[in-house]
Amino acid sequence: MALIELKNARVSYDQKIVLDKVNFSVSRGEIVTIVGPNGSGKSTLLKVMTGVKELDAGSLSTAPKVRLGYVPQKIAIDDAFPMTVRRFLKIPFSPNRKVMEEALVTVGFPNSLDRQIGELSGGQLQRVMLARAIIGSPDVLMLDEPTQGLDQSGAADFYQMIETLREEMGCAVVMVSHDLHVVMSASDRVICLNGHICCEGTPAVVSTAPEYRALFGRGTKGALALYQHDHDHTHEHGHEHSELCDHE
Amino acid sequence: MIDDFMLRAGLAGLSLASAAGVLGCFVVWRRMAYFGDALAHSSILGVAIALGFGASMLSGVLLVAISLAVMLYWLSQKGLGVDTLLGVLSHGALAIGLLVASLQTGIIFSLEVVLFGDILALSWADVALTAAGCVAVLAVLLVRWDKFIAAVLNPELAASIGVSASREMLVVMLVLAVFIALAIKAVGALMVSAFLIIPAASARQISKTPEQMAVFAVVIGAFSCVLGLILAYYYDTMVAPTIIVCAIGCFVISRLLPRPA
Repeated sequence: MALIELKNARVSYDQKIVLDKVNFSVSRGEIVTIVGPNGSGKSTLLKVMTGVKELDAGSLSTAPKVRLGYVPQKIAIDDAFPMTVRRFLKIPFSPNRKVMEEALVTVGFPNSLDRQIGELSGGQLQRVMLARAIIGSPDVLMLDEPTQGLDQSGAADFYQMIETLREEMGCAVVMVSHDLHVVMSASDRVICLNGHICCEGTPAVVSTAPEYRALFGRGTKGALALYQHDHDHTHEHGHEHSELCDHE
Repeated sequence: MIDDFMLRAGLAGLSLASAAGVLGCFVVWRRMAYFGDALAHSSILGVAIALGFGASMLSGVLLVAISLAVMLYWLSQKGLGVDTLLGVLSHGALAIGLLVASLQTGIIFSLEVVLFGDILALSWADVALTAAGCVAVLAVLLVRWDKFIAAVLNPELAASIGVSASREMLVVMLVLAVFIALAIKAVGALMVSAFLIIPAASARQISKTPEQMAVFAVVIGAFSCVLGLILAYYYDTMVAPTIIVCAIGCFVISRLLPRPA
């Protein structure tokens, strides 16, 4: 059963349609990555799934009592906002010290409870935001451009960690990225978005799909090989097909 | 022995400083200083309308400030550039307020009181109303505190834990409108933003968490208020500006202190 399911979703801002005819679902334990160029509606899709943005048409259904763990692209903590890692991890729960320490160890940023959030590097902040999200044992972990500001090996490490988390917690993972090669190979399923779903399927299928090539050009195949996801094991869900649709 | 009017001013000032300290943190975090200014300027229109209809100053200012807050919220939800609009609305309300006031004959409209407040002229009824209003403002802020923090951080993060950031921001804007209406008579339209921002900005330097910042802002605001009142009493200066100068003193000192490790 799908944890989150969008059917025929349409979303617009000021009468400008940014997403249309989007059918999308997330099942337990899978890693789904949404890729697409800037302005393709990736962030809007996350806004819809979290409930920030309402649909103009279509439906959004979530399984009862689904817990979301959201890792934003950025948070509004600047120099005017004092916030320790400890305080941040208490949103919205009140975990004890041990739980917080463990979460920080899991994300690879231990002994940081007393650090000021505003003074962390991009990668450190990303880890702290991930730690906060996993403290609530989410059913769905959502990440918006999680590796922005990380270099390629940093990004690869980050996705490795996401995979490990998925194995340990059994949660579904939904990621939005324009960081194509690395992210795709860490996914079970890739959705290529450009106002509508252009193509979807396994990373291998999507990266060779003409729709994907049309959006991102060639030359991604070599980079994909840098970090080949081990697909020897099988997952319950099979999306080996590539759903094609028309391009303007 | 403390004079009665000083006691009233002190109580009103401490109430306002408490509400302003907590509310001011959100103004600083969300960069709403200009929004606070717009609301404060619009209060002059509120005063003029209240005088015209023979209503209380508070009700006139409340009406105008809340209307403006709702209008700005609505415009910001539509994604319009709020910064310029704020400028238009803020000074528009100021100009219209002064125009309406000047049209009224036979009514003494003390611009000085509206702009700078007259905390020494408050009656016991004013003090009671101010204190009750500030308690209400604080109650709303404290009850919704965790939601506000999440809403300030990131709208999707807030939504993921069941908090509507836009709704919480509307609440903050309305609370700000109510606070400004409460504060106008005591501290005036030009000074009220300073009451909100300076204690919170001073508290930032010595705080590690949002909660600490709110508490320190209240303490700094209350201290400035009491010190300002005493200085104004002995040196016969205008009260609200004296309080603000004390707050600015705190701000300068806080900047010289090292951030807590």
